[in-house]
Amino acid sequence: MAWAVTKRTAFYLLVIFIVVESVFPFYYAILTSFKSGTALFEVNYWPTMFSWDNYAAVFQNGSFPRNLLNSVIVATLTVALALLFAVTSSYALSRVRFRGRSLLLLTILSVSMFPQIAVLSGLFEVIRVFGLFNTLWGLIFSYTIFTLPFTVWVLTTFMRELPLEIEEAAIVDGATPWIIITRVFMPLMWPALVTTGLLAFIAAWNEFLFALTFTSSNATRTVPVAIALLSGASQFEIPWGTIMAASVIVTVPLVVLVLIFQRKIISGLTAGGVKG
Amino acid sequence: MATETMGAIAAPAKPIKSELFLSRTRAAMIFLLPMIIALLVVAGWPLLRTIYFSFTDASMTNLAAAKFVGFHNYLSWTQLKSGKIFWSGVLADPAWWNAVWNTIRFAFVSVLLETIAGTVVALVLNAEFKGRGIVRAAILVPWAIPTIVSAKMWGWMLNDQFGIVNDLLLKLHIIDTKIAWTATPDTAMYAVLAVDIWKTTPFMALLILAGLQMIPKDIYEAAAIDGVHPVKVFFRVTLPLVRPALMVAVIFRLLDALRIFDLIYVLSTNSAATKTMSVISRENLIDFDKFAYGSAESTLLFIIIGVLTVLYIWLGRVNLEGDAR
Repeated sequence: MAWAVTKRTAFYLLVIFIVVESVFPFYYAILTSFKSGTALFEVNYWPTMFSWDNYAAVFQNGSFPRNLLNSVIVATLTVALALLFAVTSSYALSRVRFRGRSLLLLTILSVSMFPQIAVLSGLFEVIRVFGLFNTLWGLIFSYTIFTLPFTVWVLTTFMRELPLEIEEAAIVDGATPWIIITRVFMPLMWPALVTTGLLAFIAAWNEFLFALTFTSSNATRTVPVAIALLSGASQFEIPWGTIMAASVIVTVPLVVLVLIFQRKIISGLTAGGVKG
Repeated sequence: MATETMGAIAAPAKPIKSELFLSRTRAAMIFLLPMIIALLVVAGWPLLRTIYFSFTDASMTNLAAAKFVGFHNYLSWTQLKSGKIFWSGVLADPAWWNAVWNTIRFAFVSVLLETIAGTVVALVLNAEFKGRGIVRAAILVPWAIPTIVSAKMWGWMLNDQFGIVNDLLLKLHIIDTKIAWTATPDTAMYAVLAVDIWKTTPFMALLILAGLQMIPKDIYEAAAIDGVHPVKVFFRVTLPLVRPALMVAVIFRLLDALRIFDLIYVLSTNSAATKTMSVISRENLIDFDKFAYGSAESTLLFIIIGVLTVLYIWLGRVNLEGDAR
């Protein structure tokens, strides 16, 4: 009996540890973001003050609202493009048999695992040739490298599992492949589209290396780069309060989305096995 | 395996070259074309150009004037008047080898610890208890936070003067002086590892959990009836059965860890103790305007990661196409 109680207690202690350890850094960032002045430099474990000063500072910082808008535009268009290309190609990859299909699928998977730095100099040239340097289009274009393979891979896995009979019925009725995709598959694929779209959105929202390299002015930077480059009056004066407020602003929407779509995200992650 | 069987159902068992079959194949090709072109433009071609630039003297401002210089960026030598041979190039650059070593050490330690932590969290989530939903939601938080944001958050928590980590450790009497975690060469790598493990354990846990949930329950019932010790059940039953899922999770994380850039760039900027291959390549490419030299480093990084991946898949007999997903 005593042993069972000890075991139970130990288990719940582990559970509490996991929860606290996961959430604490974010909690602490929120706590810091509401402090101002000298209070910032006192270590507190519980909320002690509630001031919006840092949030006001973030939005008066000139470019931050613009960076936020940039991130929204880039992530949304990246997702839209990736889904458009991925739906048609995953139909071909899951439903039509042709030579070299397995090889193509493996190539797509390996592209999604590409070290981004390996294409950086080549991509830099392509983006400059197309005149996309320091534009949002340059980012949308380059983000295809990780969103497209991932969406194709997950949607192909999903489509394979759809029953064959629906498609056969459509073929008998004389439907073309385009009609099959838009009228038969699309309505069935909404859950998968939401999941992959969400994961691709998060990946594009968080991307740093390309955004840092392919933009050069405050007006085109996305939020992660803006946060990384936030600096104070001097090198030794890091504006921690403002940084934490900006961090909370960009993270809250993601955390809310993730918690709402928990189940979908978990199934998408395990199907794709790709870190968002 | 799965691809083949599913394909066999999707298309006629014997490929009869009927009108329908041909038109389907034609449509498939048209559907695939935009995707393939997009990937060629954004991945295939840039990769080839990176490799090409590594054999030239390209500079960022004048890419078009790049001239072929052979292996000069990789390894070259000049004989000094005294007869001494002076080696240069990436392969003779101690900073590069330091970065290679940092990357491999980081990838190995982080993935190992994440796998262990991820397994523990997955086992907890696989048990039935009150509040399981809360735990699952909680572990998704680190995953959802952008890497740059988590680097900044931890940078603040690990701050030497005002950081909560030093405060906590002082209060618990684990340390007696404040430590500059991210700035001290001895501790910078630990700081980076801690943040990375915190951030990516959820991903690992979820993948392992998916594997755990595929194990049939009656195996455990049988083991319980036979009175097998739980620890033995874990090592003899759970671990072998979850291995395929585990191997796939590990390779995804390994590939991710080997190309790490953003966390290190932000958390321990310019520290030689944590500089990885990606960080040093970008530094040469963009910041120091040694475009060709940086391209050579990028190419080597690609080769090193490629070789490690093939080795892993071969040694671990990972079945990427199988039911492990």
